[in-house]
Amino acid sequence: MFAALANPLRFMAFSKAAAPILGLAALALTGAGLALGLSAPPDYQQGDTVWIMFVHVPAAWAAMLAYGALGAASFISLVFRHALADQAAKAAAPLGAAFTGLALVTGSLWGRPMWGAWWVWGDARLVSVLVLFLLFLAYLVLRASIDDEVKAARAGEILALIGLINLPIIHFSVEWWNTLHQGESILRPGGPALAPVYLLPLLLTGAGYSFAFGALWLARTRAEVWRRRATSLALQAALR
Amino acid sequence: MTLAILPGGKYAVYIWPAYGVTVLGFAWMILDTLWRARRWKRQAERLELEK
Repeated sequence: MFAALANPLRFMAFSKAAAPILGLAALALTGAGLALGLSAPPDYQQGDTVWIMFVHVPAAWAAMLAYGALGAASFISLVFRHALADQAAKAAAPLGAAFTGLALVTGSLWGRPMWGAWWVWGDARLVSVLVLFLLFLAYLVLRASIDDEVKAARAGEILALIGLINLPIIHFSVEWWNTLHQGESILRPGGPALAPVYLLPLLLTGAGYSFAFGALWLARTRAEVWRRRATSLALQAALR
Repeated sequence: MTLAILPGGKYAVYIWPAYGVTVLGFAWMILDTLWRARRWKRQAERLELEK
């Protein structure tokens, strides 16, 4: 699959069909998840604030998915020197920053009524997600600050690969350190801690956000392919 | 606060801003992506014709 899509022409044909399909699937899954979630009863501890979970947790999942995509594409670009992988890496970063920003803001709006604080600097989960946000921003700034696209790509790839270490830190932060943030609720020994009335809508919105990232990532990678094509053609015209 | 009349009772002032920010975030991601895709596609096609 990857080898087939590594060909830019095949990728453009595939992504032209796949992006709208993923987008529609994202809309249907997120819509269904939110409809179920917003009709769920208030949680016995958290009351109606549990509704924030259906936009906060999927945003955090999508942010980590986006960083995983950025890291994987950067690795392929660095090792195999594949231009399309670099374009995919560049396309993932702004989406990742947006999803991480959403996770931070919605988490803060959930934390204020539950913890009595908008932000807790001593909380490992919060700080590690903030580091993720800063990594996305640093990647974007680094790439924008170097005129030579090849050098910018190499610098971005190295930063993205170093930053991958943050993904397991985010995941295990609630186990390794004392934290106000709740512990692992889904992938835990003994099964999910969430009641089915919350679990199903959360999984639906989580899948919806992931599909939304997929659709937008494909569309942005296509835009990047066209941008490089236009830049190359403009350069050829200037040299004529 | 006026948001308190929305579903969610006393927590509405936290719940609906979270949904509002989410809508804004998605709107930016979708519109910026479509704008970039259209802009660069048109430019590449124009330069292709001029070649």
